[in-house]
Amino acid sequence: MLELDQLVKQFGGFRAVDKCSFSVREGTITGLVGPNGAGKTTLFNLIAGAFPPTAGTIRFMGEDVTGLPSNELFHRGLVRTFQIPHEFHRLTVLENLMLVPPAQPGESLLANWLSWGKVRDAERVVEARARETLKFLELTHVADVRAGNLSGGQKKLLELGRTMMTDAKLVLLDEPAAGVNRTLLRKLEEKIQILNKERGYTFILIEHDMEMIEKLCDPVVCMAEGKVLIAGDFQTVRSDPRVLEAYLGETQGDAA
Amino acid sequence: MELVLGLANYALFMGVFIGIYAILALGLNIQWGYSGLFNAGIAGFFAVGAYTSAILTSPYAEGRIGGFELPTVVGWVGAMVAAALIAWPIGKVCLRFRSDYLAIASIGIAEIIRLVIKSEDVLTNGAKGINNIPRPFGDLPYVQSQIAYLAIVLLVLAIVYFAVERQYNAPWGRMMRAVRDNEVAATAMGKDITFRRQQAFIFGAALMGLGGALFAHFNRSITPEAIDPMVATFLVWIMLILGGSGNNRGAILGTAVVWTIWSVSEIATDRLPHEYAVQAKYVRVFLIGLMLQLVLRYRPEGLLPEPLGGTRSASRPVAEARSQKGL
Repeated sequence: MLELDQLVKQFGGFRAVDKCSFSVREGTITGLVGPNGAGKTTLFNLIAGAFPPTAGTIRFMGEDVTGLPSNELFHRGLVRTFQIPHEFHRLTVLENLMLVPPAQPGESLLANWLSWGKVRDAERVVEARARETLKFLELTHVADVRAGNLSGGQKKLLELGRTMMTDAKLVLLDEPAAGVNRTLLRKLEEKIQILNKERGYTFILIEHDMEMIEKLCDPVVCMAEGKVLIAGDFQTVRSDPRVLEAYLGETQGDAA
Repeated sequence: MELVLGLANYALFMGVFIGIYAILALGLNIQWGYSGLFNAGIAGFFAVGAYTSAILTSPYAEGRIGGFELPTVVGWVGAMVAAALIAWPIGKVCLRFRSDYLAIASIGIAEIIRLVIKSEDVLTNGAKGINNIPRPFGDLPYVQSQIAYLAIVLLVLAIVYFAVERQYNAPWGRMMRAVRDNEVAATAMGKDITFRRQQAFIFGAALMGLGGALFAHFNRSITPEAIDPMVATFLVWIMLILGGSGNNRGAILGTAVVWTIWSVSEIATDRLPHEYAVQAKYVRVFLIGLMLQLVLRYRPEGLLPEPLGGTRSASRPVAEARSQKGL
């Protein structure tokens, strides 16, 4: 459902993403791993339309979407979360979720003045869905708290929750486990698996927590210095000498 | 008896001004409080509204376009439309800037508008301004006429208040606050922030234009003097910040407080001996500045802070809402 072809992103003289090509099959949870600075988040930003690539093409659901802004990609079913939580800090947790569904009637100024009843009806549906999502994430008790006051882990859950408020096809998760405690982490893994199996979301997951990658992801793609090193199942990737080299440093690899 | 009458007249006069300024503050609240747009050119939209209505409704005068003598209501709607039309290209260009740059750009644009008004005699009669602007119920005796105008201003304010409060409690307001809080995330959640900011900017500008028109008809005249940025832009900012940006009732309360201080301090300074009176004028500005400092230091969210969970407040019982606000 997603094909990346020779994707390049250049920042001045620095190539953050260098001729990346891989594809993602529908229904999978693809893991994206690699040492810090490998270009994983930049690749995410390219896929999500945060900025256009310097070269290369992105195809989503069979269509060329290279260079489309993220709001348009969202409407095509591509939703992302952020490595550093991007909550709407002065909105309540519930509002953070209620905001997400696209094309709400109440987003029109005229509808709010002229057909308030219709807007209210739509709001009730959206609120019910948001409350259901909160229940699923076990965040109901903080529904009316400003999102800026949540803990780091709760913000991560909220990020995941936002992806559940729309009929997403492909969800990009950028380090969902970072800063989340163990118990919450297991919960998060569970939620991702349920969303994958029951709602049919396809995921791409950037993560440093290898346990989580092993448990959830097949295939796994490993990046280093902007390039895709290898793609395959977890065991293959983990035992590949190039991957060890990337993580442990080149000199050691050369010496061996 | 004379004193009572004088005070009553003064109160009426102040009421009208508070009403007009409250409309400006509500317009700014849409731009800044809801949407995070730093418009420091309120005076520009105020002026466009005031002059548009003046031109549309005033009788013929030598050497200047006009003489349309349209009904006042048409003038007021025209003022809103004109301010919105002027806001459209400005927003198109300036809303790409981050908030501090938008502030600088909008100050510049308001100055351009002021200079155009001052120098285009054919359009605005230049420095002499436009006189003979009709005032609704202006033929009544003085006090009755003031009461009638106050009633009209309050009616308009009420309509504006309900119109903007409705938007605040609707998904539109929620979306704008989200764009304000985090534009990257709002885009990632599918919101077209360029278009939405433009909407909020134009909406707010139209209200500022309406405020300008109400002002011009109350004074029966409008001159470039009236578009001084101190009175027409910064005073409005102080009203909103002090009252509580993001809160429409706060905007109105802030307007009442600031205008009362501003106006009463003028009376006080006028009573001083002549040699001090001029200096004391600056004390008024200082007083307002000091008040802003104190509010920002001790109550940065304003007298009435932004309500929590605006989009659900309409459907929630009052007691529940109170307990969550910690009152």
